[in-house]
Amino acid sequence: MTDEVVSEPRDDALNALDTDTPLVSPRSTRRPRRAGTARRGLLAWLVVVPFFAYAAFFMAVPVVALIIKTFQTPDGSVTLSQVRALFHGQYRLAFVSSIEVSVTSAVIGTLFGLFVAYAAVHGRGPRWIQPVLSTFCGVASNFAGIPLAFAFIATLGPTGVLTLLLNHSGFHIYDHGFTLFSLLGLSLVYVYFQLPLMILVIAPALEGLRKEWREAAENLGATQSQYWWHVGLPVLLPSLAGALVLLFGNAFSAYATPYALASGGITLVPTLIGSLMSGNVVVPNPHLGDSLAFGMIVIVGITVLLYSLLQRRAAKWLR
Amino acid sequence: MAPIETAIATTTAGEELVRHPQRKKAGKGHMSFWTWFWLIMAALYFLVPLYSTAQFSLQTSLHGYGFTWYIDTFKDPMFRSSFFFSLRLAAETVIIGLALMVPTVYWVHLKLPQLRPVMDIISILPFVVPPVALVVGLSGAFQVMPWLLASSHLLALLYVILALPFTYRSLDAGMSAIKVRTLTEAAQSCGAPAWKTLLFVILPNIRTSMLSGAFLTLAIVMGEYTISSLLLFQSFAVYIYYIGNTKAQQAAALAIVSFGLTWGAMMVLFLISRRRGGGMGQGAAVSR
Repeated sequence: MTDEVVSEPRDDALNALDTDTPLVSPRSTRRPRRAGTARRGLLAWLVVVPFFAYAAFFMAVPVVALIIKTFQTPDGSVTLSQVRALFHGQYRLAFVSSIEVSVTSAVIGTLFGLFVAYAAVHGRGPRWIQPVLSTFCGVASNFAGIPLAFAFIATLGPTGVLTLLLNHSGFHIYDHGFTLFSLLGLSLVYVYFQLPLMILVIAPALEGLRKEWREAAENLGATQSQYWWHVGLPVLLPSLAGALVLLFGNAFSAYATPYALASGGITLVPTLIGSLMSGNVVVPNPHLGDSLAFGMIVIVGITVLLYSLLQRRAAKWLR
Repeated sequence: MAPIETAIATTTAGEELVRHPQRKKAGKGHMSFWTWFWLIMAALYFLVPLYSTAQFSLQTSLHGYGFTWYIDTFKDPMFRSSFFFSLRLAAETVIIGLALMVPTVYWVHLKLPQLRPVMDIISILPFVVPPVALVVGLSGAFQVMPWLLASSHLLALLYVILALPFTYRSLDAGMSAIKVRTLTEAAQSCGAPAWKTLLFVILPNIRTSMLSGAFLTLAIVMGEYTISSLLLFQSFAVYIYYIGNTKAQQAAALAIVSFGLTWGAMMVLFLISRRRGGGMGQGAAVSR
């Protein structure tokens, strides 16, 4: 992850300092203890036990329980039918809609965010742009869930301020098939927390684009598009792909925002799980909620894995 | 994952200006059209929904404006009870989270550095398990302990997990920035026992990163909807949702209040990180 890359030099410097001063050397503190009784070593591990127990109890136990239920029928026999059910009917539809919304909002967020971040980093705007933008991104990426949904209903809902304004100017968006409660509408709302995340994630990569590379390319007679095609884009590509994947996962696990906007009848995986849990839907099999959640974990897990792999690649240019 | 990049982005974004102050003057007007175009687009996209919500919440009649909806909201006893319920949970989460994480991170830095990669992985696991999936697994696994599922303290215990990536990252950064080992040995050679070292030597040195983690946790808990609604608790976000189904304009007022809260928490965070010279920045929440 990026922070390791950035903090590495500092850590190295510290370590170097530490080893130079004998008193502070990691060896000097560890060796006598290690050489001491085995009980002391065991004692050192005892301190971290509460944390691991806590993480196990509140993360591992629920996840393991969920996995067991995914592969077990309510009467206790082992089955794959509950996993297979995810690929059929309304469950399949929920996954397809979830993926569609996540992809749409991730693509819009990535492109929009890239341009905005580039404008802020390399745009030679006034000085205050960057701190203001990064503060605002911190706020906006945290302003999500129920309040965000209501903010957009007040803006682009059937009687929203912007909708009425557009109606006044003769552009009736709701007559043209737009609704906030559609896939596109939902994606538009998601962009509100996708865009700031993208800006914050891609800014370091954009700063890694050295002015010298551009100057070198220009000195060799490269045009603007040649520079981007042969230098800029290849350097940015892993970061861009990583950001896209991160934004996808970010949207995929969103629950509150689509829940508050669910009246349009789009069913996403998280909201489907929610209604299964709260008993709003007649459930043929109580374990289906678990297998849906299992499907989510698999998809988000792949996303996180991909992201960290891409991030490692991207880090090469960020030094 | 998000908090990490976010932290870096904020830090580097802030520092970049300091490192190349002369660059800003160099190519004035070069790319200005597209620069302005995208920055204005972003500003519009961020601000128009806020403006609309604010206008909607202030409108009392066709052409009249006032604070009626806000006053009505603040008078509602359910507003107060849900708000203070979430605030209490936030306080519990911060206290439990710090009590659990500070000694652990300290000890890992001091005695068990080989555990750091493991800690890094565990700290991103809450992102892999979406909150809704966590609740599903939990309500199945904890069925044997119905008293736990019915206790509001369970929410705080789960929010500790939700906030774990943020708390861990900020504490880890804080501990990396100070010389944990030197400080500890200095304290020990003065005769301080381990707990005194932690309390009186280490804690004062990492208080900014503890504060960063605390305010980020506050922002997360005050907006958290998924877990509290599925476990049937009347949290602040659940209350906002409930109002939204009955009184749209009060809901708009609440959305503005909620934005103000987030903004306040982030401003404090921003000021803390500025004073420290940019250690931790803002993070992205998990309360989507």
